[in-house]
Amino acid sequence: MATEPLLDATGVAKRYGAVAALKNASLTLRPGEVHALMGANGAGKSTLVKILTGAIPANAGRILVRGQERDIRSPAKARQAGLVPVYQEPSLIPDLDVLSNLRLTQTPVEPFRHWIKELGVPDLDLRDLARDVPLAIQRVLDLARALAVEPDVMLLDEMTAALPANLAERVLDVVKRQSQTGRSVIFISHRFVEIAALCDRATVLRDGATVGVVDIEPGIEEKIVELMLGAKVEKQRVAQKKATEGAAPVDGSTRIAVRNLKVGTKLQDVSFDLKDGEVAGVVALEGQGQDELFAALAGSIRPDGGTIEVDGKAVRFTHPVDAIEKGIAYVPGDRSEALAMQQSVRENIALPFSAAFRNWGPIAKRREDATVQSAIERLQIDTRAQREVQRLSGGNQQKVTIARWIAADARTLLCFDPTRGIDVGTKQEIYKLLRQLAGQGKSVLFYTSELEEVQLVCDRAIVIFGGKVVDVLPVEIADEPALTRAAYGLPRDAKADVGILAEPHAAPEAQP
Amino acid sequence: MSISATTPEQAPLGRRIKRFMSDYPLVPLIILLVLLVLVLNIIQPGILNQRWVGNTIKFAIPLALMAGCQTMTMLTGGIDLSVGTAATMAAFIVATQGAIHDPATAMLMALVPALCIGFVNGIGVGVFRVHPLIMTLGTSLIGVGCLQVYQRTVIASGAKVPDFLIWLGTGVTWGFPNALLLFIPVAALLIFIQKRTGFGRLLYAIGDNERATRLAGVKYWQVILALYMFSSLLAGVMGLLYMGLIRAPSLSLAEPLVLTSVAAAVIGGTSIFGGRGSYTGTIVGALILQVMITLLTVLQMPEGARRMLFGAIILAVTAAYLRIIDDK
Amino acid sequence: MMRILRQQGWIAGLLVLFVLLFIAARVIQPSYGAGDFGSLVSAVLPFAFAVAAQTVVVIAGGIDLSVAAMMAVTSVTAAALMAGASEEFALLVVPFVLLMGFALGALNGILIVVTRVPDIVVTLATLFMLQGAALLILPAPGGGSADWLRSLIFGTVPLPVLPAAVTAWFPKALLLLVVLLCIVWIPLKRSRLGLSIYAIGSNELAAFRSGVPVARTKILAYAIGGLFGAMGGLSLTMSTGIGAPIPGPYLMASVAAVVLGGVVLGGGKGGLLGPIIAVFVLRLARTVLTLLAIDPNVTAIVEGTILVAVVMFGAFIAMRSRQS
Repeated sequence: MATEPLLDATGVAKRYGAVAALKNASLTLRPGEVHALMGANGAGKSTLVKILTGAIPANAGRILVRGQERDIRSPAKARQAGLVPVYQEPSLIPDLDVLSNLRLTQTPVEPFRHWIKELGVPDLDLRDLARDVPLAIQRVLDLARALAVEPDVMLLDEMTAALPANLAERVLDVVKRQSQTGRSVIFISHRFVEIAALCDRATVLRDGATVGVVDIEPGIEEKIVELMLGAKVEKQRVAQKKATEGAAPVDGSTRIAVRNLKVGTKLQDVSFDLKDGEVAGVVALEGQGQDELFAALAGSIRPDGGTIEVDGKAVRFTHPVDAIEKGIAYVPGDRSEALAMQQSVRENIALPFSAAFRNWGPIAKRREDATVQSAIERLQIDTRAQREVQRLSGGNQQKVTIARWIAADARTLLCFDPTRGIDVGTKQEIYKLLRQLAGQGKSVLFYTSELEEVQLVCDRAIVIFGGKVVDVLPVEIADEPALTRAAYGLPRDAKADVGILAEPHAAPEAQP
Repeated sequence: MSISATTPEQAPLGRRIKRFMSDYPLVPLIILLVLLVLVLNIIQPGILNQRWVGNTIKFAIPLALMAGCQTMTMLTGGIDLSVGTAATMAAFIVATQGAIHDPATAMLMALVPALCIGFVNGIGVGVFRVHPLIMTLGTSLIGVGCLQVYQRTVIASGAKVPDFLIWLGTGVTWGFPNALLLFIPVAALLIFIQKRTGFGRLLYAIGDNERATRLAGVKYWQVILALYMFSSLLAGVMGLLYMGLIRAPSLSLAEPLVLTSVAAAVIGGTSIFGGRGSYTGTIVGALILQVMITLLTVLQMPEGARRMLFGAIILAVTAAYLRIIDDK
Repeated sequence: MMRILRQQGWIAGLLVLFVLLFIAARVIQPSYGAGDFGSLVSAVLPFAFAVAAQTVVVIAGGIDLSVAAMMAVTSVTAAALMAGASEEFALLVVPFVLLMGFALGALNGILIVVTRVPDIVVTLATLFMLQGAALLILPAPGGGSADWLRSLIFGTVPLPVLPAAVTAWFPKALLLLVVLLCIVWIPLKRSRLGLSIYAIGSNELAAFRSGVPVARTKILAYAIGGLFGAMGGLSLTMSTGIGAPIPGPYLMASVAAVVLGGVVLGGGKGGLLGPIIAVFVLRLARTVLTLLAIDPNVTAIVEGTILVAVVMFGAFIAMRSRQS
């Protein structure tokens, strides 16, 4: 009776169109345990959490709560089934006071008061609007609200991120004690320290499938990293050697100098140089401030502090056009952000040409044809379906976003995860292209969520964690394990050698 | 998993129809137009003659001009409901000033307030980001107020519509309405702007993905300001022509055409969400509506039924386009 | 805490503005008094209901362009049904028309939820459809109204304990307005539905995650808007004794009063009191202009300019709050 799992999810799958976000995830939760859910960026953690909390429906799979199949197809129903989430973004309604927020979720007030005291938020007026409560406290309130309904299963998504240390400690303490009452917690975190201190077991996802369930014990970090990466490290080593041989030694002049850049709460303090003729990699876990960094460099948002210098001159961008005039172009990872999807390939590539007022007049067709055509050829864009960009494959769409700036002859490309969700062939072409550009003396800042790309493309890797540069790795040692450790804030002199990590490991299936 | 894009042959039938509709929106429109004319001819045999065709075109032209304003603004995801007021102001001023000044001066004077309305619209939508619908509705209120004040100042001087406008509005040469002399160049200009100028390209791009245009260095407010001024100017020109056609100045001259012009643009394949559409489609849309109006008149449908029908058309067509855009 | 203060401060500011305008009216025309206040209230009545309708929908994060047409169609329906009918029959007409407004409002919401077309387009389309329906019901102004219904908004509230000089300041129309708004608004504000309406306007995703049934809430918000619209339509019939199929200038006025009343376009913020006071301020401002012997057409221009400026200001504030 006591061993019956509180939550038992098997074979959960979710597709978005042609993309499988989750292929075969399983998760079993024993009563009274704190269970870590881990996986690299894009492994499917957040999709699984959304399914378990009723935010999106699964396409396949079986989810049992206390041995019974329950309807969890809406957040309200998931709550009734005893699954209560605390999301990374607080889900308090900003314009309602705290009390109304409690009423909205039918949370009893007295237990809530008890829990906020336990969590270390002594003086809170329940009549305060949620939006006036500091963000960190909001997250704690969200947690207290979940605790107050005494759910069977609580899902904590990056609970301690952005919490001050004293609050985080209290939170972890409360979560730990919560598990002693026989209820369970699913704990999602990038911080090994917390997981080691708090969790009993961990389920590791890779590419949308559960690849292992491990007991948390000292020294388990290496095993988890290994599971997250899979047995593909050795092959990469061979390929990357070839790519880096072609890399020109970086001795160009400084193109962009970033000093103590600060944007909002996410990007704290970042400094680095980007030189002509270099591809500099940026590596970070999700939400470490890289989005803000790229947006600030592209002129989309204004930094709150620090300086950006271009070719030795300080700049203040107020609109992307300011960055473009300096030859800095931004290639977002989400292609729907950069492309006018219903327009043709040609119109998309030529879009920057018409931007300025002086270019609003008749289009010089022939000149444009030549420029656009040469960009299309250079990137080998498949133009069979060029009437509307939305009909191109993802890889070709991404090529269009880059071709636009090749045609506009930008000197610096800010590529934000440009190979996300595109096919292998196109990825190779993009790598080659970026190296070519660097060979011509252009510079590229390249954020990637696929760590093996760093050694294929970059000259060095700038690692950001918690809004700060924590390490700059020369390309020779910037392999996947090293980058993963660095991205998780672990120190560079790792215990295990790459050779060991690369060895094929047994039992990728979930252990009982 | 190759790099190829899906070709129509591989797609299921429903999707192929969707693609065909979005690639060649003119084909079903023209079929619809022909069908409507045939139905009309069945209900009222013998109505199809040169006179009727000439009249239909004559009345479709002002509608098509006003629908041009909607097409242009809708390309950016906007709408311009102040065109009725802009057109009425131009018409009323040309008729009253025509009694005092020479026709050319009167016409120039008539276009100034239209431009002002466009300017205010552009500032409101482009800089303050008021929803275009609310903004243009507001300026049209102010415009009507101004017109009423103006009316009282000129009440004594009487009105005279310049002969040139009457010739243009009502005249027929070799079976063709003279209004075509104005309409064909204007339509050509609109189509040229949409297809062959940087400005036109920006309109489509902004309506499609404003964020992307920003990242490409486009300043939104500049485009929007120019757009709404252009739209009002076009409405003013339309007002002049319409004055020549109707010949009786009134304070609500062009107002009834506003709703119809929105419907014409929507039927003509311009997406109210922006990024999609062409003036060619709008012209056919205006013709379809003109024929439909005749049809409803022949069937003795009351004005109320007409409005309900137009409202339903706008909603149904918009919902249908939403499905086409979702095609991914 | 600051926010609450600011919210109440906003309403207090509007009240002060109202008093100042009233004093201005007294200064310009010393005889401006209780009777004029009464006619101000009856002029405000349909506007106030239009504003209430718009407020509920805007708080829920939408906008209702069909509000004036909704009033027209309910007004002509009531007038057409009551024309030549007995006084008692009107007892049936009133609930029928209110129900009709509720249903038509719900239809707006359902169309938005089902077609996924933005509210501004859907309500534009229904604006035309309701206008057309109004014209079908009564092609020209006409119809009638029960006398007891009309008497509800004319004259003052007889309060035997108070002297006539005091009761003169309590027009029946004001009582009717307050009672009707309170009957709907206070239970709504206290219910979970009311909270949900604020929640979906404030942050739809967070509301969804908190277990709010977003689609149902949106439909009900529009339905309540329709109910208020029907009250506005009835008040039109009551004050004129007939129904007019052409919608009055209530759309712009309602949007402007909502913005001026501290309800942010985009949703989630504000209440009903602010917009209602705002609509009184806007009407009184018009009266003051009239008292200044300004051409009524110029008054219309000034009024329009104020409305547009207020809406621009509101959009500006909404843009700022989105950015932060």
